[in-house]
Amino acid sequence: MSDVKNILLAGVGGQGILLASEVISEVMLLAGLDVKKNEIHGMSQRGGSVVSHVRYGEKVFSSIIPEGEVDILFSFELLETCRYLPLMRKNGQVIASDWQISPPAVARGVLPYPEKLVENIKQQFPASVVVDGLNLALAAGNPKTVNTVLLGVLSKTLTFDRSLWLTALERMIPKRLMDVNMRAFEMGCGEA
Amino acid sequence: MKKTLLSGNEAIARGAYEAGALVACAYPGTPSTEILENITQFKEIDASWSPNEKVALEVGIGASFGGARVLVTMKHVGVNVAADPLFTLAYTGVRGGLVLVTADDPELHSSQNEQDNRNFAKFAKVPMMEPADSQEALEYTKLAFEISEQFDAPVFLRSTTRISHSKSVVSLGERPTDIPQPNLDRDPAKLVMLPGNALKRHLIVEKKILDMEEWACKQPFNRIETGTGKVGVITSGVSYQYVKETMPDAAVLKLGMVYPLPKQLIRDFAANYETLYVIEELDPFIEEQVRAMGIEVIGKDKLSLCGELTPGRIKKQLFGQEIPNVDTSPELPPRPPSMCPGCPHRGVFYELKKAKAYVSGDIGCYTLGFMPPLSAMDTCICMGASVGIATGISKVLSEEEKRKVVAVIGDSTFLHTGINGLMDMVYNKSTSTLIILDNRITAMTGRQENPTSGYALNDLEAPRVDLEQLCRAVGVKHVTILDPYDLEMTGKVIRAEMARQEVSVIITTKPCMLVPRDNQNPRPPLFVDNDKCTGCRACLQIGCPAITWDAKLKKAVVDKIICTGCNVCKQTCRFDAFQECGDK
Repeated sequence: MSDVKNILLAGVGGQGILLASEVISEVMLLAGLDVKKNEIHGMSQRGGSVVSHVRYGEKVFSSIIPEGEVDILFSFELLETCRYLPLMRKNGQVIASDWQISPPAVARGVLPYPEKLVENIKQQFPASVVVDGLNLALAAGNPKTVNTVLLGVLSKTLTFDRSLWLTALERMIPKRLMDVNMRAFEMGCGEA
Repeated sequence: MKKTLLSGNEAIARGAYEAGALVACAYPGTPSTEILENITQFKEIDASWSPNEKVALEVGIGASFGGARVLVTMKHVGVNVAADPLFTLAYTGVRGGLVLVTADDPELHSSQNEQDNRNFAKFAKVPMMEPADSQEALEYTKLAFEISEQFDAPVFLRSTTRISHSKSVVSLGERPTDIPQPNLDRDPAKLVMLPGNALKRHLIVEKKILDMEEWACKQPFNRIETGTGKVGVITSGVSYQYVKETMPDAAVLKLGMVYPLPKQLIRDFAANYETLYVIEELDPFIEEQVRAMGIEVIGKDKLSLCGELTPGRIKKQLFGQEIPNVDTSPELPPRPPSMCPGCPHRGVFYELKKAKAYVSGDIGCYTLGFMPPLSAMDTCICMGASVGIATGISKVLSEEEKRKVVAVIGDSTFLHTGINGLMDMVYNKSTSTLIILDNRITAMTGRQENPTSGYALNDLEAPRVDLEQLCRAVGVKHVTILDPYDLEMTGKVIRAEMARQEVSVIITTKPCMLVPRDNQNPRPPLFVDNDKCTGCRACLQIGCPAITWDAKLKKAVVDKIICTGCNVCKQTCRFDAFQECGDK
């Protein structure tokens, strides 16, 4: 199973995590690989923590990533990024947005939002890329394209042909939103 | 053949289509809900939401008796509700194939228990298939229809959250073109289960199970994958994937049918290996039957009875291998789900807490009323239980304490199994108060229509149950209709009805914020006037995700992107700090 690669997507409900994992899975399918993805929904719409597992390779068995084998943690919110660091491989890589969304206890002023999280991520996983996803998405023209900005970063990190990403994006994103998403994707490519 | 990525639920829907099913019915429940939602893309199938799982199965039985293939889907606890018709359906058997999907939830990702419904197969004497990925979900659904008709029996298809909500590569097939036209065919000796008939049918059921057991030994869905060592593993469903991941050298007997078990195949397999494992989630369902055959295995003596399996848990529990954790992050605040901004339930729980009510809760979004800061729920057992529990606890309390008891239930849950409890309240002269939170939708599972919606599955218009008239018809004299966004009135009505010495029902009338057709006139979002906000934090007690405490400013801040302008926060503010955007 050594050829199987594992990407764990994490964030908060509503950030477009499931769409991003659809796009990544589609790229792997287009590349002729076996791919499995797994996520827990149900409560996710209620602002809870969301994760999606994507695994690809010659032959994938388990759809959930074995503990300690995450190659890339692909994450949309800073605190959620850190929540899943324990599942990482030792020499894994984090691709994340530095967006901060307060969980309920922080919003009520009961607990502080933890500090120095970016430093912590980069110290543990030096190859990591943490971008200002929200501002890049705003620059692209729509704050909801943070997921596509990050996909751009990921596309530069992985070795799949750019055309596969473009085909997958076209299949998964509604036509009227394609232009803004393409700008967001290019912005992400520029950050990698 | 076309290859595509499908979730287990999408694959089951596709399987029913490719099997030529004509009818599908369900009550929504995580992780089963998307099966029926996906079936709506196939116009050849008559798909409908039922008010509860028992009705869904009974509608399915009728369609089967008419000669159609029918798919009935529900979550694991739904089978408890449908158990009554199920056990006798095993006796009558079917006419058109009937497949009952039970979607179990090991790890309780979105459930109140993690019961293992493989036990229902043995208990009800109903065969059960268990797929291990989406391709098998599609193929086993088709196969289950074949088996149902071949053996004249309903057939379970068991999924779990990790099968239903995982996507994997699937090759699609076609729907048959020669589907027989259903018609009436009387057969009372088979279908009228009076004792004389049922006794004869029971003999047939027992023989059927023995026949199937022998037949299953030769079927490709129960297959042996050879290994390179002296270790053998018996497994099924998602556990098979974790076995292949963690024990690549082991020989595997992969069971596609988990009831009845292919006993001779198991004996032959076991004889070849020095060490035999049974690896399964939750109960020792396969293990106990294998042990009863006199075969020694390693299983639940090492593997937990609780929670789901993962590759890491198998490594740790079976082989003592710890997964190194390299992380050095500080302790992180949790991020539990909460009621949405603008949710009409919020104000009701805020006022229930203020009234110091003992809240008998139920299953739905409003179960989140348990979470801080609302923290206003004292019991939650199962669908509909809030009503009976309120009646029962009131029976044993002092006059003063019984006035604190309030049952809270949603519209869909009330029609599911709450209405019976209300009849009992009236009939047996309970003095409790029932609040029906009518948001016109089955919200928690992702907004499915129900008989209070005015719409059916697929957005089709439908008659709407009048809850007020329904409550009056069962004999409730005091029914109050309430706007739950009016906090003062909500508090007043709750206190008045709690004090009343007769059964009373309060019905809130505001729709779920997430249903566009019910929210045509959005209200402007609010903002906090920093000159007026004193930092008293009263507004933070409603637990709205749109309001955040700014620790530097020492003021509340509203996220105007997610604020719906419901104005509940505004009513908690004594300093008039909340203003509508556009006011100034």
